[in-house]
Amino acid sequence: MPQTLAQKIIARAAGRETVRPGEVVTARVDLAMIHDSGGPRRVEPILRELGVGLFDPAKVVLISDHFVPGDTEEGARILALTRDWAREKGVAFHDGEGICHVVLPERGHLRPGMFVVGGDSHSPTGGAFGAYMFGIGATEMAGVLATGEIWIRVPETILIEWTGTLSPGVMAKDIMLALCGRLGMDGGRYQAVEYTGSAIAALDMQERMTLSNMAAELGAQTGLIAPDEVTAAHVTAAGGDPGDWQGLRSDPDATLVEHHRFDAATLAPQVAAPHSPANAMPVTEAPETAIDIAYIGACTGAKYTDLKAAADILRERKLAPGVTLAVAPASRRDQDRAAAEGIMGVFEGAGARILPTACGICAGYGADRLAPGTTCLSSTARNFRGRMGDPSARVWLASPMTVAASAIAGRIADPREFLGQAA
Amino acid sequence: MTGRIFLLGDDIDTDQLAPGQYMRGGIEAIMAHCLEAVRPDFASSVRPGDILVAGRNFGLGSSREQAAEALKRLGIAAVIARSFAGIFYRNAINLGLPVLTAPSLDGVQDGDMAELDLDAATLSLPERGLTLQLDPLPGNLRALIADGGLVAHLKKRFARETGGS
Ligand code: SF4
Repeated sequence: MPQTLAQKIIARAAGRETVRPGEVVTARVDLAMIHDSGGPRRVEPILRELGVGLFDPAKVVLISDHFVPGDTEEGARILALTRDWAREKGVAFHDGEGICHVVLPERGHLRPGMFVVGGDSHSPTGGAFGAYMFGIGATEMAGVLATGEIWIRVPETILIEWTGTLSPGVMAKDIMLALCGRLGMDGGRYQAVEYTGSAIAALDMQERMTLSNMAAELGAQTGLIAPDEVTAAHVTAAGGDPGDWQGLRSDPDATLVEHHRFDAATLAPQVAAPHSPANAMPVTEAPETAIDIAYIGACTGAKYTDLKAAADILRERKLAPGVTLAVAPASRRDQDRAAAEGIMGVFEGAGARILPTACGICAGYGADRLAPGTTCLSSTARNFRGRMGDPSARVWLASPMTVAASAIAGRIADPREFLGQAA
Repeated sequence: MTGRIFLLGDDIDTDQLAPGQYMRGGIEAIMAHCLEAVRPDFASSVRPGDILVAGRNFGLGSSREQAAEALKRLGIAAVIARSFAGIFYRNAINLGLPVLTAPSLDGVQDGDMAELDLDAATLSLPERGLTLQLDPLPGNLRALIADGGLVAHLKKRFARETGGS
């Protein structure tokens, strides 16, 4: 029976030759990722109640990001508890080194073909590496940590194909906003999305991660990209072993539930109006909108590639009067690399505020939150009312390039107006 | 079980169920503000046994299971919707909160008294002379809910494993 990539990975994890979409199977996880918010403080009481320890500490990775830098009393307490738990359990722990979805592959934890759960809704990000990774809640995570197993309904596969080449000024984020607008936030129907096509193959790993990351906004369980040479090289460089990845692709005659085709060449930069990523439109059709805050942050929009793209627009330019640009790099390593290449200097030169490498305003858990009535243009994944601050704040979403262009213009602006011409 | 219907629209997200600004506090703070953006009277007027009926994609958003926990702790007997976001759906089952889909929820009105039969997968509205057929839950998920959620289910399993050795 021909199998999709999703079926192949799940079958292997479930100890089966093949699996059929719709059947509920029990699979063994290769890795479980948890963070400070949904992790120790919520799973430990359940593990205690069950009276068991971790199924395998070597297969658990803990990352602190949501409450970093601990600038509230509660946040500081949660971080302390997280650190104690990491020491006690002996799991791999990345503390204040960046956002979990970015740190996990950066440290070589992810490999093609793995079956992975994460205690966070953007866990589909791991799909960019050809791993079946999806998000679960804390109770379910406690069950996984106790048993190493989880039930899963084998998903159908929705193939999303982008042919052609993206134009200058257009990024993976624009692909995802366009898809959210076109397919809606339940378009993924909690099935597996698989991205394919020449435009996808041409993307670097961090751009691919943006696609998989926002499979969450499509309502898919995961967002897979079959591994290729780019994946293998990236995993190797991160200190991982890509293993035998060549067979990790959907069979040509595997059953697809939907197959969408799009032409990358005709895609314009996108923005999504408050309060849903599905309110997407080409930036050229956006109403005249003055902004107070431009935010380049999150696992979705502040990786090295995102920072570089934004800096290319900002270089030698200044922020519009009255506009705050806040930049929260997605990981320490990405920030260090950006600093070494002068990218952080571009932000500083333009007058940006540099925030800690953490979830920051995206999670809205810390002291930094959007004030009442603020209009923000953000490179993050979601703009639900009240998420990043006061419910009266209005958050628009865009690519890091569009955020940078708008910070210069003081209003939502097309990054293509700033390409290739010196300030 | 019998309860009053709270009727909600499409796309009720986890920030409406468990507002981000109360996530630092405990579950009581979240419960007090649950759904306040769409139903300011919800937390103060909900009674144990009440039923949420909603449109498409209920529970979209983050993986925070306080979204399901707040509903369960407020006494919601079940959430019935046209469709659910996957993570919320899993969380609810794992916390023992029944979540059911239905092909049609036409005719249900806010404030109706309703009787839910989980085994038969029906929702009856006696005042309207209406009985809606719901999609039955798969057997293994019904077992999880019947045990009271994943933790209780695992406790049983571990007790069996140690007891049987
Ligand atoms: S940066 Fe935002 S989207 Fe990413 S893990 Fe943190 S809170 Fe979630």
